[in-house]
Amino acid sequence: MNAELFGSQVNVWVDALVRVLIIVGMMTVVVMGLIWFERKIIGRFQMRLGPTRTGPFGLLQSVADGLKLVAKEDVRPKNADPWVFELAPYFVFVPTFLMFVAVPFAFGFQVRVLELGLFYVLAVSSVSIVGWVMAGWGSDNRYAMLGALRAAAQAISYELPLVMAMIAVAMVAGTLNLQEIVLGQSRLPNIVLQPLPAFIFFTATLAELNRTPFDIPVGESEVVGGPFVEYSGIRWSMFFLAEYAAMFILALLGSAIFLGGWAWPMGEQWGASWQLLLTTVKAGAFIFLIFWVRSTLPRMRVDQLMGFSWKVLLPFGFAQIMVNGFILVNGWPAVTSGVLLGTTSLAGLFAVGWIVQRSVSRPRPRPVMMARSEAAQ
Amino acid sequence: MTTTTPGQEFETQDLMINMGPQHPATHGVFRMVLQVDGEIVRDLIPHIGYMHRGAEKLAETMDFRQGIGYMDRTEYLAQFNAELSYVMAVEKLAGLEVPERAQWIRMILCELNRLSSHFMFTGAFGTDIGVFGTAFVYSFRERETILDLFEEITGDRLMYAYFRPGGLAWEVTDNFERRVGEVLKSARQGIKDMDGLLTENEIFRARTQNIGIISAADAIDWGCTGPVLRASGVPLDLRKTEPYLRYAEVDFDVPVGQVGDTYDRWLVRIEEMRQSVRIIEQCMAKLQPGPIMPERMPRMLRTPPGEVYLRTEAPRGEFGVYMVSKGGNRPHRLKVRSSCFANLQALKDMAIGSYVADAVAILGSLDIVLCEVDR
Repeated sequence: MNAELFGSQVNVWVDALVRVLIIVGMMTVVVMGLIWFERKIIGRFQMRLGPTRTGPFGLLQSVADGLKLVAKEDVRPKNADPWVFELAPYFVFVPTFLMFVAVPFAFGFQVRVLELGLFYVLAVSSVSIVGWVMAGWGSDNRYAMLGALRAAAQAISYELPLVMAMIAVAMVAGTLNLQEIVLGQSRLPNIVLQPLPAFIFFTATLAELNRTPFDIPVGESEVVGGPFVEYSGIRWSMFFLAEYAAMFILALLGSAIFLGGWAWPMGEQWGASWQLLLTTVKAGAFIFLIFWVRSTLPRMRVDQLMGFSWKVLLPFGFAQIMVNGFILVNGWPAVTSGVLLGTTSLAGLFAVGWIVQRSVSRPRPRPVMMARSEAAQ
Repeated sequence: MTTTTPGQEFETQDLMINMGPQHPATHGVFRMVLQVDGEIVRDLIPHIGYMHRGAEKLAETMDFRQGIGYMDRTEYLAQFNAELSYVMAVEKLAGLEVPERAQWIRMILCELNRLSSHFMFTGAFGTDIGVFGTAFVYSFRERETILDLFEEITGDRLMYAYFRPGGLAWEVTDNFERRVGEVLKSARQGIKDMDGLLTENEIFRARTQNIGIISAADAIDWGCTGPVLRASGVPLDLRKTEPYLRYAEVDFDVPVGQVGDTYDRWLVRIEEMRQSVRIIEQCMAKLQPGPIMPERMPRMLRTPPGEVYLRTEAPRGEFGVYMVSKGGNRPHRLKVRSSCFANLQALKDMAIGSYVADAVAILGSLDIVLCEVDR
């Protein structure tokens, strides 16, 4: 059995090994870059400089951090469940990297072109929650357990809207193959046709990644790091690596299925290097948005988070699928159905915004100002 | 511990979670043991006393001037306000008359201290609610400018010991007027920033509205004072009700909340900051050159026997000093009436039945200083 790798025929196992090594090596570098990027960006938002001392512009900060983490003692609490505790990082790490297989960077520039790529990514991404719960349960720490249970509840709540959003996109694209979904957007990105699923996808991504405003499982001021509170050294850094890798992959996925990936706006004419640049810029914008949200918004509460998912996002996701079905089943010309899809979805997006506004904007009295005579009584 | 409800097939056990004394959200060394049923707080057992240093007892061994330093260390976020209660108590015992200029400067510094303290609150509360540091950094920028001014005047950033029985330790710097103007300018911008960042934010409102409600009657029963009490709708502000210094001569409003929840406590503090700016502006206009100490001050201050209770409106509420003198140069007995101690007692009532995350928010909204609670 041979497979094609860089234009030459090699054994499939060699092929697989090389691809895995490339993924892990590349992702480590990307994650280090992302951490540096985040620290710089959030530093700017907070009138700080971010890392400056290690290397030019502090670029080597992540390397220094990584070295420190590797050198640290790997502590395991005395009463922790040894197997569960030590295996948990792998259960987070491996599924995250498995997601990488189907994500497209440029035309023909991905690990594998899977026919059910979208389905595969979704299926694999939800496995990592097992690792979170294992970490929380195995740590023998109540904060960790509380955090793990929060993570489980959150993952279940947000997996569904995420699936709904992706189904809506798959209906418009007519395929689950990620490469074909991207190719189909060479003239118009899906975000124009499906703004509501794009919003649901972004929200669910934040929840999936446990980032602000949905960083409830790791809430620093409540459960002090959640499931990871007992982890240190290399195991903790594996969680960290997986978290940022997942962010990068979901950003790539978001840019592929909503922003047109490498195909929009120039189609296939341009070479792979330009397409790679385009993908990186789009994913970078997506990630920047995540950082922006992180540095601005407070954290939601666990019941509000689930209420938002089950009562708002999920029904709207269902509605979007039904509307898409009604429109697409007629087989109207592309322009007609496109306009209909875009307007209905945009209306749905505004409805979501209106509901959110309304839920907290009850008429509310401002503080009364007591002048001297009144207050003196 | 075990709770069973009829019809439930198996017994569930509430989880006891220990928060603190080393927990990022407990603002120092406060410890609370939460009994939680899932995410709902069923019981809350507060533990205080980790910070007890016997400050009152120590101050009894020092003469009146040395005791001022212990007040700084008692209330380390509103030092001038704490010093004020102490020196005014001494002045009342000794029958000292404070010159007008000293009074105005005291007012300016106290209100600036209120600003810096409330800025500290806004930042810390933002972090409790879950903003990743941004609110904290923005509020600390403003606090820093105020601390710089204090440092220029007193030579210290935290432990000022600047008020003295009878007046002030020394004259303020020559550029005082200009520097206060600069500080006020940046503070006004800072209030606007904090207001814009959080007050109208949907998530912030969802997290704070109708959380930790305490009724006016309950707040009075617990002895709450300051913004916590005013947020519940009681217009008790000692600067209005029993004006000290020159507060009767300046014009300002007392913001009063209508619901008594966490959001009201936030709004009241934000509004109080605006009022403080107003007060300082008026004080600056009325500041005249003159002496800052009475003409005749004894080298060693001695008071006639007697006792006095003096309270002022500190940023966190009523900061009272009860002082007994048996004659001589030191208090025979000193008792500090801590505003935070009383406010903190209401925490249990507010937090039971809420979510774990709310308990953190409620604790943050009380704005406690553990040094003052434990003394």
